[in-house]
Amino acid sequence: MAYHKITLTVNGEAEQVEVSSNMTLLRMIREKLGKTGTKNGCAAGECGACTVLVDGEPTNSCMMLAIECDGKEIVTVEGLADNGHLAPIQEAIIDSGGVQCGFCTPGILITSQALLDRNPNPSEAEIKEALVGNLCRCTGYVKIIDAVEAAAKMV
Amino acid sequence: MTIETQERIPKPIGESKPRLENDQKVTGAAIFADDIQFGNSLLYARIMHSPHPHALIKSIDTSKAEELPGVKAIVTGDDFPGYIGLYLQDRHIFCRDRVRYVGDPVLGVAATSEEIAVKALELIDVEYEVLEPVLNPEEGAQPDAPLIHPDLGNYKVANFIFPQPGTNISNHFKLRKGDVEGAFEKCTTIVERKFRVPHIQHVPIETHVAIAQWDDTGDITLWASSQSPFAQRNLIAQALGVSQSSVRVIAPKIGGGFGCKAGVSMEALVVAISSKTKGRPVKLVLTREEEFHTAFVRQELIGYYKIGCDDVGKILAMENTYYWGGGASTEYGVNVTRAAGYSCTGPYEVPNVKADSLCVYTNHPVGGAYRGFGMPEMHTGLEQTIDELAYKAGIDPVKIRSINCVKEGCETVTGFKMHPTGLDKCIEETAKAIKWGQKSPANAPNKRRGKGTAIMWKAPAMPPNAGSSAWVELAEDGTVNIGLGGQDLGQGAFTVMAQMAAAALGVPYESIRISSPVDTRYSPYEWQTVASRLTWSMGNAVVAAAKDARKQVLDLVSEAWDEDPENLDIRDGIVVSYKSEQEQPIKDIVVYGLPKPDDQGWMGGPIIGRGKFMPSYVTGLDAQTGQGTRSVVHYTVGSQSVEVEVDLDTGRVEVLRGASAFDVGRAINPALVEAQIEGGFVQGMSSALFEEMKMVDGFMQNPSFVDYRIATTTDTPADLKSIIVEVPQDDGPWGARGIGEHPMVPTIAAIANAIYDAVGVRMESPPFSSEKVYLAMLEAGVVE
Repeated sequence: MAYHKITLTVNGEAEQVEVSSNMTLLRMIREKLGKTGTKNGCAAGECGACTVLVDGEPTNSCMMLAIECDGKEIVTVEGLADNGHLAPIQEAIIDSGGVQCGFCTPGILITSQALLDRNPNPSEAEIKEALVGNLCRCTGYVKIIDAVEAAAKMV
Repeated sequence: MTIETQERIPKPIGESKPRLENDQKVTGAAIFADDIQFGNSLLYARIMHSPHPHALIKSIDTSKAEELPGVKAIVTGDDFPGYIGLYLQDRHIFCRDRVRYVGDPVLGVAATSEEIAVKALELIDVEYEVLEPVLNPEEGAQPDAPLIHPDLGNYKVANFIFPQPGTNISNHFKLRKGDVEGAFEKCTTIVERKFRVPHIQHVPIETHVAIAQWDDTGDITLWASSQSPFAQRNLIAQALGVSQSSVRVIAPKIGGGFGCKAGVSMEALVVAISSKTKGRPVKLVLTREEEFHTAFVRQELIGYYKIGCDDVGKILAMENTYYWGGGASTEYGVNVTRAAGYSCTGPYEVPNVKADSLCVYTNHPVGGAYRGFGMPEMHTGLEQTIDELAYKAGIDPVKIRSINCVKEGCETVTGFKMHPTGLDKCIEETAKAIKWGQKSPANAPNKRRGKGTAIMWKAPAMPPNAGSSAWVELAEDGTVNIGLGGQDLGQGAFTVMAQMAAAALGVPYESIRISSPVDTRYSPYEWQTVASRLTWSMGNAVVAAAKDARKQVLDLVSEAWDEDPENLDIRDGIVVSYKSEQEQPIKDIVVYGLPKPDDQGWMGGPIIGRGKFMPSYVTGLDAQTGQGTRSVVHYTVGSQSVEVEVDLDTGRVEVLRGASAFDVGRAINPALVEAQIEGGFVQGMSSALFEEMKMVDGFMQNPSFVDYRIATTTDTPADLKSIIVEVPQDDGPWGARGIGEHPMVPTIAAIANAIYDAVGVRMESPPFSSEKVYLAMLEAGVVE
């Protein structure tokens, strides 16, 4: 197995990491950087629990190799709050009651943040469309959709 | 929306406090089992699963795998010959001699990496002799069916479960009440129907995770994504032949359970493997594919229903037969079939009943507890048959439910006198919310709209003596630490316990802490986080512990101030006297006590309150008739009404709106109740429209999210109403009953009844896929 040294930015901090050729971005984030907020739900790009931002794009980190991220900018759920101040989407999902078990929550927050970054005032249909790849088994999605609408109003 | 009773209740009961662990969950700080760090001594386990639905193991050759560098342990069934199981001990930790489903664990490997563990499995040869499988519970119940458990007669079993040795029937619950044949003769309308509900899986977004460490002194520690740390301690200890106190289970946050992380499944495999790794911890994370068919699944049901009523719609007789496909092991599932037996009529007063609920082994994945514990499956056919009875008798489907539903004081099917209940109110509320009786126009000429209603009941299904305990410890800063053994699965149990403790003790809600993660070494006993029983049972224990601590504080102050405790109170964390008007914050006295007068020493000391709850009144039921004084602790009841639109060109069913009303006794936290109702509705809708484990010859064809679809954001109805009805439970904390499971119980039937109203076809088996609905419409001549 070949190993590679890559340099990338994670939540605003420069990182240099040695990764094997077959290591996914998800495993690198969890195992090399110790950021366990990003979750593994299926390892097949089907549930969205592992979503992170790669250069601003919401990405299933289980489906991307770490070596593909050399030079890129990554944001994980740990990078949403600013110096202990929760981002509007984090505040909103608490207020709306959109968190239950919390396992899908990091991916939902990242996908929602990416939506709000490119579309500050999304319609309900646009919110549903953006989050269609983030599975949640607890909430029935109603309060998650409410949260994105509320966060849009807060920004 | 809340329908209130008049009684005064203390704060913060009835307030929608935000979930306690919200901040951790939105920042990524919340620790789930797979997030715990074990350093580089950690080993990784993989499991070899049976490739056959039914076969004998002839030989296992592990010699090549043992030579592979990095392999640290290989464990097979012969290493642990004991049996394990909750109500019926019918499984080994790893298979011995025989495999019974595709996915049955044959052996396990621990290695220094997952890659090496996988490679090791490829080097192991297992020889099988393939046997004829049983793939259908009704066929499996016949006397000539191949036997899956020839040793059934030797298994240890709870005294309320009735296996039939020499058959595949691991429990036969019989209910005989009144004169069924005579009553059917008096009926003016009778409907007979058959329904089938397929296996589905719970699909927690977090798959099962367990890490086990077995140290030199024989102490075993298990970290697991678990609904049942105490039951796991007990069952694993029994299976291994060690004492319960040698097994310590630590249960961090859990990424969804819905029943599949109750009891014991893969956790025992990891513990067994760790017996050979010389103290190194071993971790097993199920892949999504393994989660779909090697963890617990929901049992399948083939149900026959015969229901008759008189000319005013009064139900006189019911005869139901339930064939439950229990899968390869029914150690937990036997009690699902018992619950379906003693609740077999649904929430109706029926004087004449004959019912047989049969738990049947099949060569399918292992059936276990799934949100609703048999009730969604059973109500699917029952509530459609009731609907059809109404149409046939010319009575409105909502009205026939109001006429016959259980009411306070009526005799239920087991002879138990029904406690105060708001079911008729629930029926009225959902009908009103959905504008029952008004037909609304469809969106397009090729679409048809329809409305449907279904009602439900469900009791906590558990042993009669399932207990809870709690402690309450006060600290010198005035904070209150609650010890408990139930799990917060996301339903909000910890938040609700904090609210109850604050109310019972008289302290601010913000001062309450929950001692977590639950750890069987330090946390007080709790049977399991199942059966929607925590708010009621663990709640009673927490309230008792808080009251005990409160009494200790007040007794101390009463002595110090020389006042009658009757005149003292704790309000907002301050002891006050209504007589002398003295005040003292509790933080100053709960650790250090109070000085005696004239410097003559001290009194009091650190305060710890303790509390427990165990129902004492649940009686046995007669083995031949299912009759007894009190079959269950209580029933939570409710109603759902939905409106659907069916596309005549494609058969696609869209749920436009849903209204749910449940009698929760008392909503301790209305927002959390609403969250359970909404989430349950959508999970139920998902099982109605999309979900089925497609089993062909014993093999699951669709173990991935691409092929096994669950509801997504775009499926959620825009209009979901949750209505809380509160008719208090006599022994619930402030009258509360559970609500975790109930919201998905009536959903399949409500949607099926709405499809019937829209296009006139009766759907006999979920999921109601476009294809199935279209073909049913074609057969009925609705479309050409």
